[in-house]
Amino acid sequence: MLHDKDRIFTNLYGQHDPFLKGARSRGDWDNTAAILSRGRDAIIQEMKDSGLRGRGGAGFPTGLKWSFMPKQSDRPCYLVVNGDESEPGTCKDRDILRHDPHKLIEGCLVAGFAMGACAAYIYVRGEFYDEIVALQHAVDEAYEAGLIGKNACGSGYDYDVFVHRGAGAYICGEETALIESLEGKKGMPRMKPPFPAGVGLYGCPSTVNNVESIAVAPTILRRGAAWFTSLGRPNNAGQKLFCISGHVNKPCNVEEELGIPLRELIERYAGGVRGGWDNLLAVIPGGASVPLMPKATCDDILMDFDSLRAVRSGLGTAAVIVMDKSTDVIKAIARLSKFYMHESCGQCTPCREGTGWMWRVMTRMVEGRATSDEIDTLEAVTRQVEGHTICALGDAAAWPIQGLIRHFRPVMEERIAAYRKKPMPMAAE
Amino acid sequence: MAATNGPAFEQPASFAFDADSEAELATIVARYPAGKQASAVIPALYIVQKQMKRDTGSAWVPLKGMDAVGARLGMPPIRVYEVATFYFMFNMKPIGKFHLQVCTTTPCWLRGSDAVTAACQHATGIKNFGETSADGIFTMTEVECLGACVNAPILQVDDDFYEDMDAGKVEALLAALRRGERPPAGSMTGRQTSAPEGGPTTLLFAPEA
Repeated sequence: MLHDKDRIFTNLYGQHDPFLKGARSRGDWDNTAAILSRGRDAIIQEMKDSGLRGRGGAGFPTGLKWSFMPKQSDRPCYLVVNGDESEPGTCKDRDILRHDPHKLIEGCLVAGFAMGACAAYIYVRGEFYDEIVALQHAVDEAYEAGLIGKNACGSGYDYDVFVHRGAGAYICGEETALIESLEGKKGMPRMKPPFPAGVGLYGCPSTVNNVESIAVAPTILRRGAAWFTSLGRPNNAGQKLFCISGHVNKPCNVEEELGIPLRELIERYAGGVRGGWDNLLAVIPGGASVPLMPKATCDDILMDFDSLRAVRSGLGTAAVIVMDKSTDVIKAIARLSKFYMHESCGQCTPCREGTGWMWRVMTRMVEGRATSDEIDTLEAVTRQVEGHTICALGDAAAWPIQGLIRHFRPVMEERIAAYRKKPMPMAAE
Repeated sequence: MAATNGPAFEQPASFAFDADSEAELATIVARYPAGKQASAVIPALYIVQKQMKRDTGSAWVPLKGMDAVGARLGMPPIRVYEVATFYFMFNMKPIGKFHLQVCTTTPCWLRGSDAVTAACQHATGIKNFGETSADGIFTMTEVECLGACVNAPILQVDDDFYEDMDAGKVEALLAALRRGERPPAGSMTGRQTSAPEGGPTTLLFAPEA
């Protein structure tokens, strides 16, 4: 269990002043120049040693990602921060943006310095209007105080931070779609390679990191990699913001160690499952795109990347969506299918056509207006979408359905049988 | 882009940025490197939408507005149309005075977004998503996950998130809007942002000074 002294986001709920004075009292911007004076390589090494894995869903090692940036570049380099938080269930970056914006801005400086970037663009989803206003205010404060801009923190390093507002497209959370959007185009993912570290924003070397990954960096660098790895579990180091939503008594965000048992997370912080633990049906542990887990798995699963991967789900964004026994689980997943259909950018045929097809079949599955071999067809189609698209949206649309079929096929069969028992109106001939 | 079906509407014959818009535009364009001003297209479209709200009471983006953005940013008009129709937050036709955006994605649905939708329908007389009430005051749109799931269900009114809603709270909110009041956004149960109901169980002491 994480103690308050080890929590990074000490203003998670906005109980205190989110802006510069308050942030300084919480330790932000404390001698940032000293961190920068360690040099690029030392900062990247410390981040590698900390074992921090990207907090945006994929869990790629952050320090390693930074190290892909060119050591020398005749073109400008950019840090792009992904604040397009739209994965259903996820609402952690929102709290960072509105309540702890200086952690993010300071993180932009140290991360950008470590990768030789001249500026950071923070891309925030358009719906987060108040959060953008708060973040922009914090950026203005930081410029005014000389923390960023020319000679940032007195380090001799020039560094800009800009806030960019998106306009309501889930796909822009995909890193190359985000770059396209930032360049003023439709948010359609690019083929990789080339990777952004070679050809990114404006064709220049760029790194795209999640808000939370960047916001934890200054604290890791101050307290050291050893402190960070003392939290969590091997290969799953540190702490994480968890969002607990759905059928719990007290939905909330909370910062905890990676590897905390799911049951403890729900019962200690979210007031338990509505109607008690035995009333649990299933949990989606990491945002809409990871497969759900039935109660039996939830009983003793640990919340980290590797443990969840081992049960064929994933930590994703650590957005825990809880469903109790009153849930129509087919309908819950069908709604996610509708989400992916709505958010498909339309570029790749398997995703553009497949997400709509899967949603239409899922709608029939909700009614039971199907045959049981159509469940196999549906499963087969998810396999044809998965892995056959430029970005992972196709996979994200396929996995929830695969999880449903894997764990709740009998429920789907029952639904079909019940529909068949209903009296059918006679067809007019 | 919001739904484009429904009653016919008139495109204004012209659009010109007013002084407020010009000031905002100058600040925004300066954020991007020289020659990369197309990056400002999304913020510029917001400026158009906001100016339309000031001028006409309805926040939407007319054709002439998109053309003005293209001319200013050196983009062919089609590139601006592409962007304006790709992103969901630009209204391609006039909307009501208040834009009711109901999140119905699974986390909100699990917490009762159906009741929120029904209450919006009941209070406004709107039947389907994408429609505007007969009195022109409300437009109701179905939106995908708003990213405030631990405060579900959410009803977004224009730019404001009203959180932890239920049918009664929707009715009260819409009645207040009709009276010309604007209740403060945030959790409608009065809890502290994303902390659990009843108050935080972590971060119980003040951070060290």
